[in-house]
Amino acid sequence: MENAFKEKRDLIFAFKELRLQGMETEEEPIKEVPEGLFIKCKYCGESYTKDELQNNLYLCPHCSHHEPIGAYKRLEMVLDKDSFKEINKDMHSNDPLNFPGYQKKLQKQEEKCGIKEALVTGTGTIDGIKTAIGVMDSRFLMASMSAALGEKLTLLIELAEKEHLPLIIFTASGGARMQEGIFSLMQMVKTAQAIKRFSDSGGLYIAYLTHPTTGGVSASFATLGDITLAEPDALIGFAGQRVIEQTIGQKLPQGFQLAEYLQEHGFVDHIVSRKEMKKTLSLLLRLHQGGQEK
Amino acid sequence: MIEIEKKIEAIEQELAELKTAEDSEYKKVRERQLINNKEELMQAMKKLSPTDKVAVARHKDRPNVSEYIEEMFEEFFELKGDHYFGEDESILGGLAFFHGIPVTVIGQKKGKTLEENLRCNFGMPNPEGYRKALRLMKQAEKFKRPIITLIDTPGAYPGIDAEARGQSEAIARNLAEMSALEVPIIAVIIGEGNSGGALALAVANSVLMLENSIYCILSPEGFASILWKDASRSKEACEIMKLTAQDLLGFGMIDAIIPEPLGGAHRDKKAAIKAAEAVIYQELEKYRALSAAELREQRYHKFRSMGQ
Ligand SMILES: [Zn+2]
Repeated sequence: MENAFKEKRDLIFAFKELRLQGMETEEEPIKEVPEGLFIKCKYCGESYTKDELQNNLYLCPHCSHHEPIGAYKRLEMVLDKDSFKEINKDMHSNDPLNFPGYQKKLQKQEEKCGIKEALVTGTGTIDGIKTAIGVMDSRFLMASMSAALGEKLTLLIELAEKEHLPLIIFTASGGARMQEGIFSLMQMVKTAQAIKRFSDSGGLYIAYLTHPTTGGVSASFATLGDITLAEPDALIGFAGQRVIEQTIGQKLPQGFQLAEYLQEHGFVDHIVSRKEMKKTLSLLLRLHQGGQEK
Repeated sequence: MIEIEKKIEAIEQELAELKTAEDSEYKKVRERQLINNKEELMQAMKKLSPTDKVAVARHKDRPNVSEYIEEMFEEFFELKGDHYFGEDESILGGLAFFHGIPVTVIGQKKGKTLEENLRCNFGMPNPEGYRKALRLMKQAEKFKRPIITLIDTPGAYPGIDAEARGQSEAIARNLAEMSALEVPIIAVIIGEGNSGGALALAVANSVLMLENSIYCILSPEGFASILWKDASRSKEACEIMKLTAQDLLGFGMIDAIIPEPLGGAHRDKKAAIKAAEAVIYQELEKYRALSAAELREQRYHKFRSMGQ
């Protein structure tokens, strides 16, 4: 039994190698698949239709591989119906370095993804419990950290502190927004210190790490949760794999920097599949209600 | 060495050779010509390009943290290890007197000789380095000592073990904890300040940069490789990244620039360190006058407003 599990895991790891090679690029191409047509899973090689994928929370019906999903789709899966109230929807990058070609790139991303930044924030309820929630969307420039993204997230954290709400952040990021240089870097401090204040005020912060959570995001708010959850086989790490390989001059071990690896090394409380996502968050919120008053 | 310096050195060499040559009309004319050329180059050194500055910031003879500690502080007492996992020589830290005031000083060290380079991992800290720094900073807070950090790193180490031991968490923790410390923190970028690996020591009340140091999201080589998939375009990256002290002061990302001797700190180490000492002392006195709560607020609001 254990062996069978191990075999499956090795197989999944092997498939993942494929995906990791495509990391560190800025954009993950979104392939629009026509209805009814078969899609071949990159990991197990089996085929399924778009409908089958949608009806299965965007998990491969055969191997349960978690396909990336957009922020609104995630919110729909997690929050009670119609409970989401979005804030700061129109915040967008103002190109602080006047970086050549960047404005145009942003425009294209907005048209493609239907959002102005790689993060959607607001409040909603999970089984009736109100929470502040932010979801990063890796379709938009690999959800790299822009000044606008850092500001938007900080405003969410401040709202949670002010209204004494729990805070849930679904992280995903390829790292820094190169085109914003130092402005991107400083968002690490801005968000980390906001989390610290929120935490010192007694607020509960659940970090839910999804594929990929790397670079400046993993080295700031993503790793500061009271409770850290991760989606199965999400890539989580500070340095990019290509950079590490070049630095140490050797191949990386199988499964390196995946959620399971992070858990083995003591940085993730639970790996939670999308099917258990709402249930788990609901339980955690309930477990944090009614703490002893001073 | 930067291009201009190479040219100056060539001129100086020729001048020295001429000196021993027999007197002649040619010698006189040539000497005058060379002296003029040198003067022009010295003038040009006042306006180094960002690419030149990157070279100066990485210069092998640029004063490093050990030299600063030696020159600026008295009775340095080193403290080692994170007391959880290990010791990381790429971060040097300890206690010392600065102008008679007990302080905690923490700096990143690349090493000068190959042996030192290897021991210091070329200035790329592992998680235990950051955790050691945090341990020392928390102690500083407990004993109400100001903290001075000296930053010089190509970045946090990108390695298997560093990831396994939580490089991300170590950096994130430092950012969060530093933001709430109740003692003055003065951070000085003395050479390279690359990425989160530098930032993890730079959440300070006052962030200072030496005139020719650089502070950026990652190395120009890494930048070019990620953005254009071509590390050889690093020169182009230098010019576009806005990584000089002058750029960053303009953006409000740093608080002051420490002037360097003409051509760079390596050309007159003592003068460079003296200039740094004067500005650090001035900033320290400013922040020593604030209460614990004021220190926290000033630091918090400074970073809160960046990129707002
Ligand atoms: Zn599959």
